[in-house]
Amino acid sequence: MTAKKVTGSQALILSLMEEGVDTIFGYPGGAIMPVYDALYDFDKEVKHILTRHEQGAIHGAQGYARVTGKPGIVFATSGPGATNLMTGIADAMIDSTPLVCITGQVAAPLLGTDAFQESDIVGMSIPVTKWNYQITTPEEIPEVMAQAFYIATTGRPGPVLIDVTKDAQFGVLEYKYEKCKKIRSYVPETNIDPHQIKAAADLINEAKKPLLFVGQGIILSSAEEEVKAFIEKTGIPAAWTLLGLSALPTNHRLNVGMLGMHGNYGPNKLTNEADLIIAVGMRFDDRVTGKVSEYAKKAKIIHIEIDPAEIDKIVKTDVAVLGDAKKALKMLIGNVHPNTHESWHNEFKKCDAIENEKVIQKDLYPTKPGLTMGEAIRIVSEKTNNEAILVTDVGQHQMIAQRYFGFKKSRSNVTSGGLGTMGFCLPAAMGAQLGAPERTVVGVVGDGGFQMTIQELGTIAQNKLPVKIMLLNNNFLGMVRQWQQLFFDKRYSFTELHNPDFILIGKGFGIDGHTVDKREDLDASIQKMLDHDGPYLLEVKIEKEDNVFPMVPTGASVSDVILEP
Amino acid sequence: MKKEYILTVYSENHIGLLTRITNVFTRRKTNIDSLTVSESALHGIFKFTIVIHCTDAMAIKLVSQIEKQIDVLKAFYHTNDEMIFQEIALYKVPIEPIYESDTIEKIVRKAGARILEITKDYVVIEKTGHKEDTQALFEELNQFKVMQFIRSGRVAITRDPIERLSEFLKERDAFLTSLD
Repeated sequence: MTAKKVTGSQALILSLMEEGVDTIFGYPGGAIMPVYDALYDFDKEVKHILTRHEQGAIHGAQGYARVTGKPGIVFATSGPGATNLMTGIADAMIDSTPLVCITGQVAAPLLGTDAFQESDIVGMSIPVTKWNYQITTPEEIPEVMAQAFYIATTGRPGPVLIDVTKDAQFGVLEYKYEKCKKIRSYVPETNIDPHQIKAAADLINEAKKPLLFVGQGIILSSAEEEVKAFIEKTGIPAAWTLLGLSALPTNHRLNVGMLGMHGNYGPNKLTNEADLIIAVGMRFDDRVTGKVSEYAKKAKIIHIEIDPAEIDKIVKTDVAVLGDAKKALKMLIGNVHPNTHESWHNEFKKCDAIENEKVIQKDLYPTKPGLTMGEAIRIVSEKTNNEAILVTDVGQHQMIAQRYFGFKKSRSNVTSGGLGTMGFCLPAAMGAQLGAPERTVVGVVGDGGFQMTIQELGTIAQNKLPVKIMLLNNNFLGMVRQWQQLFFDKRYSFTELHNPDFILIGKGFGIDGHTVDKREDLDASIQKMLDHDGPYLLEVKIEKEDNVFPMVPTGASVSDVILEP
Repeated sequence: MKKEYILTVYSENHIGLLTRITNVFTRRKTNIDSLTVSESALHGIFKFTIVIHCTDAMAIKLVSQIEKQIDVLKAFYHTNDEMIFQEIALYKVPIEPIYESDTIEKIVRKAGARILEITKDYVVIEKTGHKEDTQALFEELNQFKVMQFIRSGRVAITRDPIERLSEFLKERDAFLTSLD
């Protein structure tokens, strides 16, 4: 490719084109204006979504990345524009979401002088980025952009931030782009050691009570078919983590449900009965393990993981298989014996029956007055034939939605797991819809989180994105209230909200909607939301003081999971 | 059980990397006792020598978190007995006591230290050794009121006959070539 003379900002946009970018989420401002000016000539090639706040832009990019598997692209200006991205960057870091964030910066000679809208975003974002870099000369742009995409998307994905000074945007360079294929100091994945596969297979073949954990690594490495083939051959029950949801069909016979604090009774309880745990692409989060010193004590641990720093970080492994989950599972399948583990499965069935009687029936088919979150989720899931993309915020509604929403396709669950970012849902749902325009996207949100990024209703309306927003409103910060009830003597310290007329707000943005508070109207209301041409806001007034169970109380062992208060 | 570890980190020379590395210690609430950074024998590759006090398990975790940083090539951890190490200390002492007696001269000779500069006001003494040695010399000289004292971070070399960095770079080069 021959070089041509372009400005730094043109080079930046051309680099995005080389990387196949079709959607950018952003917000302009002084220090990134040259880039926006260059973008003006590319309106046919790339869609730019002007959000109402930079946090909306980055969560939008996260939603897009999670459903497409492509990196999310974010533009923001210097100073407050850049700092407003921080929550989303931290969220993407802990949930391994590939992002390339471009921030404008004051001109290089002004760096470090407290110039107008100057913030040291490179310094600030170090702990929450996979990599970051400040560009101060136009010549650096093509190479650094290529590295940014390579680093964000390979190995364990994550957010990368590139800070570009305004003079580098204005300057001229000889532009030539080459995709990055390697970096000397960075090996995204190691070749899988066949000895480790053999050692893992031996443990699997001997195990009487094996349990496989499906982490997001399955989705990130596109190993959905491999994990299915593996469990079908070995008959091993599979439990998914919050971010592993949708990697298998919900109704797969070997899927025993969700791990974690509000996960299913069986997988939590029986983790401490298992004699082998096969953890694939997951990181033993404290919400999954409960009290680590009493965690899976009867089990040997196989950890299949791409990030070497995760091995032995929380739980000591017996066999570590370092590398890509898809390749590891492919190698393992040939080395394991067929099995059914029938009596072991019966233990899960017994647990399921208990959970069903004590919790699930009451959540999904309540008879007492007052709507439950569970019944609303069940109806949406049924009416979308388990084919919708579910995007949630953080709190009670999130846990209920994750427990009861059904999935058929992978990459259908978008939630803020590790960071637990309230305000995530609305912009992430918008990004998910842009990434999967042909699919139904349902954003399930609580009344607290909704108001943290409610301004993105404007972005949804402006771009005519047919997002279905189901607001589960109990006029409380429900999860905090639940903890106050259970662990703080019902001292409801600052958790009650006096809420606005949400439907009126939606209408103000040009988004239709209505409120439902009666069981007999719920089905038709959800149908109306789903049938509506365009975005829709359905406010479901739910019982004020409902709780989420089962629950592994903080600091308790997973086998001490409780089913009722 | 906590003990002293020497971490050696080899990296590219990129702005901000020092913060990235020290941040790993901050997150794990581990204090850095000493830190030395300089170019290694290999052009363009920088070497950090970091002394910390922690458990074996923590040393392993810190090393893996440091290696995870994109611009870090390789990190190792060693116990003190696996390395030969030194620190250098400088002492600025007033000149009068030297005129008055030969005590300072004797102390310097006994400690294997050397005198770097003598002026009409002060003398600057240099001593290389382990922290205990340079500290002991400080205590002795301080009877004459040391005016300034500075000790460097540690520099260290492995006792291992195998040069693990060279081995590592060979492997890495082969791996990168295999990607072409």
